[in-house]
Amino acid sequence: MSLPTHLHYTEEHEWLEERDGTVRVGVTHYASEALGDIVYVQLPEVGEQITAGESCGELESTKSVSDLFAPATGEVVAVNESVVDDPSLVNADPFGDGWLLELRVSENGKLLTAEQYAELTSG
Amino acid sequence: MTDMSNDRIPLAALEHGTPFADRHVGPMPAELARMLDVVGVGSLEELGQHAVPDGIRERDLQMTLPEPATEAEALDELHDLAQRCRPHAEMIGLGYYPTITPPVIRRNVIENPAWYTAYTPYQPEISQGRLEALLNFQTMVADLTGVPVSNSSMLDESTAASEGMTLVRRAGRAKSPRFVVDTDTLPQTISVLRTRAEPLGIEVVMADLSEGVDGLPEGEFFGALLAYPGASGSLRDHEAVIAEIHRRGAMAVVAADLLALTLLRAPGEIGADVVVGTTQRFGVPMGFGGPHAGYMAVRQGLERQLPGRLVGVSVDADGDQAYRLALQTREQHIRREKATSNICTAQVLLAVVASMYAVYHGPEGLRAIAARTHRMAAVLAAQFRHAGIEVVHEDFFDTVVTRVPGRADEVIAAAKRAGINLRRVDADHVGISCDETTSRDRLALVWQAFGLDTADLADVDDLDARTPDALPKALRRTSEYLTHPVFHQHRSETSLLRYLRRLSDSDVALDRSMIPLGSCTMKLNATAEMEPITWPAFAELHPFAPAEDAEGLLQVVSDLEGWLAEITGYDAVSLQPNAGSQGEFAGLLAIRAYHHDRGESEREVCLIPASAHGTNAASAVMAGLRVVVVRCDDSGNIEMDHLRELVEKHRDDLAAIMITYPSTHGVYEDTVQDVCGLVHDAGGQVYVDGANLNALIGLARMGKFGSDVSHLNLHKTFCIPHGGGGPGVGPIGVRGHLSPFLPNHPLQPQAGPETGVGPISAAPWGSASILPISWAYVRMMGSDGLRRATLTAVAAANYVARRLDEYFPVLYTGSGGFVAHECILDLRSITKDSGVSVEDVAKRLCDYGLHAPTMSFPVAGTLMVEPTESENLAELDRFCDAMIAIRAEIDKVAAGQWPADDNPLVHAPHTAASLVGEWDHAYGRQEAAYPMGTSMAKVWPPVRRIDGARGDRNLVCSCPPLSAYEE
Ligand SMILES: Cc1ncc(COP(=O)(O)O)c(C=O)c1O
Repeated sequence: MSLPTHLHYTEEHEWLEERDGTVRVGVTHYASEALGDIVYVQLPEVGEQITAGESCGELESTKSVSDLFAPATGEVVAVNESVVDDPSLVNADPFGDGWLLELRVSENGKLLTAEQYAELTSG
Repeated sequence: MTDMSNDRIPLAALEHGTPFADRHVGPMPAELARMLDVVGVGSLEELGQHAVPDGIRERDLQMTLPEPATEAEALDELHDLAQRCRPHAEMIGLGYYPTITPPVIRRNVIENPAWYTAYTPYQPEISQGRLEALLNFQTMVADLTGVPVSNSSMLDESTAASEGMTLVRRAGRAKSPRFVVDTDTLPQTISVLRTRAEPLGIEVVMADLSEGVDGLPEGEFFGALLAYPGASGSLRDHEAVIAEIHRRGAMAVVAADLLALTLLRAPGEIGADVVVGTTQRFGVPMGFGGPHAGYMAVRQGLERQLPGRLVGVSVDADGDQAYRLALQTREQHIRREKATSNICTAQVLLAVVASMYAVYHGPEGLRAIAARTHRMAAVLAAQFRHAGIEVVHEDFFDTVVTRVPGRADEVIAAAKRAGINLRRVDADHVGISCDETTSRDRLALVWQAFGLDTADLADVDDLDARTPDALPKALRRTSEYLTHPVFHQHRSETSLLRYLRRLSDSDVALDRSMIPLGSCTMKLNATAEMEPITWPAFAELHPFAPAEDAEGLLQVVSDLEGWLAEITGYDAVSLQPNAGSQGEFAGLLAIRAYHHDRGESEREVCLIPASAHGTNAASAVMAGLRVVVVRCDDSGNIEMDHLRELVEKHRDDLAAIMITYPSTHGVYEDTVQDVCGLVHDAGGQVYVDGANLNALIGLARMGKFGSDVSHLNLHKTFCIPHGGGGPGVGPIGVRGHLSPFLPNHPLQPQAGPETGVGPISAAPWGSASILPISWAYVRMMGSDGLRRATLTAVAAANYVARRLDEYFPVLYTGSGGFVAHECILDLRSITKDSGVSVEDVAKRLCDYGLHAPTMSFPVAGTLMVEPTESENLAELDRFCDAMIAIRAEIDKVAAGQWPADDNPLVHAPHTAASLVGEWDHAYGRQEAAYPMGTSMAKVWPPVRRIDGARGDRNLVCSCPPLSAYEE
C-alpha cells in the first residue's frame, strides 16, 4: 500500500495532516494491520492538553493493547466519535474515516516524511 | 530351594500390587526406552545429568517422604482421616452455609472428568459446553444482582470485595485514598480488604451504617462497601446511603447473598455500581473453606474495569452463535502490570456447579429454598421472643442474633453437644444461621441449647402460622429473574442429565485427548486422588468451625505442608492462597513485610524478566511494588548485563526479583544461582515462580539454590484438576526469615503466624477440601515416584522437541541442547512464508482430534508444548504425527497448491454440518475432517472458527434472548 505523501509520520506509526490551524491525527495502515482487528478505541477528551511522546489513549484489538502516543504537544480540539462507536473504521480506512483526533499544536514532536516512514517499516 | 527361580517376586511386592507410579506415568518401560533413544540418552538419570545444570542439581536427592502407598492404602488412610473429622450441623453463617448438592450435579459435574479435567477455554471452538455453562452463571448473577455484566467467577467473596474496592478506585474520579467499609461486613472480608488496601495506600474507614446516611464519615472517600444482608444477619435498606455515596462523588460496592436476592430487591435496583459475593450456597459444599465460586457484577459502563474472565457471545465462520472469552485485554496476560487484577485461574468448576443448581431448581425452586431458609429463621426468632430471649434485629433473611448476657459460651457448648455449631459473636451474643437443610427438628435442638424446655416453647406450626416474614416491605423483590428458557427446561433429572452430557460432549478435556498446553501441566488427575473430596466428612465442614472438628483434614494440611517443604527445600509453607496468582501476592507481601520490618521500606522495586507470566507483574503492583523489566537475550535467558545494570541502579530500592524456574521459555537457565546472588548482594529477595516445578521435583530445590519464596501450583504439579479454569491451590513456601510474614487468619489463629501479613483469602486454609488430592498424589508416588515423574516429563518434552524440530524449529534449548519439561515451537518464519498463523495451526489440531498447545505465550507467534509424564508414547506420537501432517499442509499452501484463503488450515476447524451440502473448496471433505484417514480418533468441534473481534465490539455476556436462536 502506497503511503499518502502529503502527510507527516511518526516513529510510533501515526500520521499527521495539516488543516487550517489544526492537525488531524490517525494511525497508519501498517499499524492497523499490525494491531489486528481493533475492537476498542480510547481517546483523550476535547480540551485536554497532551504532550508529545506521552500516552494519550489506547487502541485495543482482541489480543493486544497499544498506547496511542501524542505525536505533538497541544490541545485536543476534536475527537472522532465515529471510531469510538465503530472501532473497525481504523482497520477499514486508517488514513480517512479512521482518523482519531485533531490537535491545536503548540510544539511539534519528531516527524518523518513519507519516504522516511516507508523506510522505517520496510525492515 | 529347587523351584525358587531368580524371578521370584517377594511377597511384600506381590502384596503391594501395581505401584501407583506405574499408573500415573504414561510411557511403559519399553516406550520410554524408545523415547530416550530419540532424545539420544541412555537413561532417565543420564537425561537429568545433561539437562539440569550441575550447580543446582542435588545428586541422589532423597526426599524424606513416606514410602509410596497403593491406591487402596492411600484411600484407607484418607478414610481414617475422614473419621477424624466431625462436621456438625453448621449454623455459624458468615458467608458459608450447608447446601444440598443435587446428586445428578455431584456425579455428573464434580465427579465427572469431562468437566473437571478441562482447561481454561483458550480454544473456544472445543470449549462451547463449559462456556455455555459459564454464560448461564453470568446470567444468573446478573439477573439476581440486578446489574448487567457479571464475570465468570472470582476466587471467593472476600477477594471479590477487595477487587471491587480497587475497581471503583480505578474507575472513579475521586482523588481520596479512603474506602468506607460497613461495620456489618463479614469479618474475614474486612481483614482481606485491609491486607489488600495497605500496600496500595488505601485507607479503610469503618462506618456503622445501621442508622443510614449519618453513619458515613465526613470528608472525601472514593467508594464504600455495604453488606446486604450484614454479617449479623441484619437487613438494611441501603438506597439512601448509596444515593449519598454517589452525591459525594464515590461509588458503591454491595456484598450480597445470592439466595437472599431471590426475595430481596436487587442491589442494582437500589443503585449499586458493583455487586460481589459468593455462590457457595448454590449447591457447592462448604469444604472447610473452599473451593467455591465468588462472583462480581457491574453496572453498564464498568465492564472494561472487570477483573477476571468474562464469557461473551459472538458468531462463528458460518454465522452461527458461539461463545468465547471476551475483553481479554483487561487481563494480566495482556496488560500485565496495568491489568485490572492478577487473577488468572478462577473457580470455573464451582461456577458450573452453582449455575447448574440454578438451572435445575429454576427461579421458583430457588425462591422455595430461600423461603424455607427465611421462614426457619423467622420462626426461630419468634420462638426466642416467645420464650423471653432477646433477638437483636427486627429484619433479617437467614441469621438471627440473640442476646444472652454472659451465657454465649454455655449455649454454644450445649449446641455442640447436640451436634450443632453456632456462632459466638461475643460473650453475650450468639448467632444462628438457617439454610437449605434446616429443619423444625433442628430448631428444637437449638432452643434446647438455649436452655428452653418444652414448657417454654410455643407449638412450632402455630408459631409459623402467626409469624410474619422478617423482610422489610421496601426490600421485597418485585422484579423477575432467571427468565431465560435454560432456567425452565431442565426440571427433570433426565433432562438435566442430558443437558450436562450435551454440553460436556462439546468440549475436549483430558478424558478425550492430551492437552499439551505449555505452562499448564495437564497431567493425570487420578480417580483415587479425586474420590475423597466429596466425602461428607471433608465436604461439610464449616471453615470457622472449632478446629477440633476438622482434626483429620488439618492432619492432611500439616502433612502436605511438611511434604511440600521437603520437596521444595523451604522451611515453612502456607496453603491459604487459592490460586497461583494469590500465592504470588502472598509471597511478595511477605517480602515487603520483611523489608519493612528491617526498616528498609524504601525497597519497592520488583525486577521481572520480559518473559514472565502476566500474573507476576500484576501481583507485584498489588503488593505495592514497582515493576522494572529485565530483558532476555536471543537465547531466551535473562540478559545478565542488563540485570547487573538494573541491580546497580536500584541498589537502594530493590525489593525483589521474580523469576520462573525453569524459565517460562522451558529452559533450565544455568545462570540462576548468579541471578540469586546478584540480587541478594544488593539486599533484594528472590521470588521463584514455581509454576514449572514439574521439571524440578527430585532433582533440585528452589529453597536450596538461592530462592527465598515461591508459590507452587497444586493444580499443575500436584494433580488438582483445572476444572476448566479453576479451582486451584497456590501455596507458598518460604525460607525461615520470611516465615513470620506468611498469611494468617482472624477466625482461625492456627492458620498462620501471629506476626503474619493478614489473610489473603476468605478461608483460613483456602480451598481446604481439595488438598486431599495432592496429599494422595505425594502419598502414592513417594520420593522415587515423584522423581520418575519429573524425569519422564522432561523426557517427553525432549522427545517431542526432537521429533518436531525439523518441522517447527524449537526456539530455545539449554546448554546441552535439551529443553526442560516443555518446548516452544517457532512458527514465525513459517507464518511469514506461508501466511499460516499459529491460530490456524491451533484450530487445525481440533480437526485432528487434538487440543492445541499454548498459543503465543511467552513468545508471540509460537506454540508451547508441555506433554507431561502422564501421556504414553502412542499419544505423544499421535500429537507429533498430526503436527508433521499439518506442516505438510502448510507447505502446500506455501507452494501455492492450495490458495492462501481456501485451505483446510484457514477454514479450520470443520464441523460435521460444514461438510454437508454444497462443497466448493480447493480441498476435499475428507481432507477437512479426516486428515489422517477415517480410522483416526475423531472429535467433532461443535462450531467453526469464532469471530473474536465481533464479540468484543458488541459485548453480550448473558444468555441471548430466544429470538437470537431463531433463524
Ligand atoms: C508461570 C506461571 N506463573 C503463574 C501462573 C498463575 O497461576 P494461577 O493461574 O493459578 O493464578 C501461571 C498459570 O498459568 C503460570 O504459568
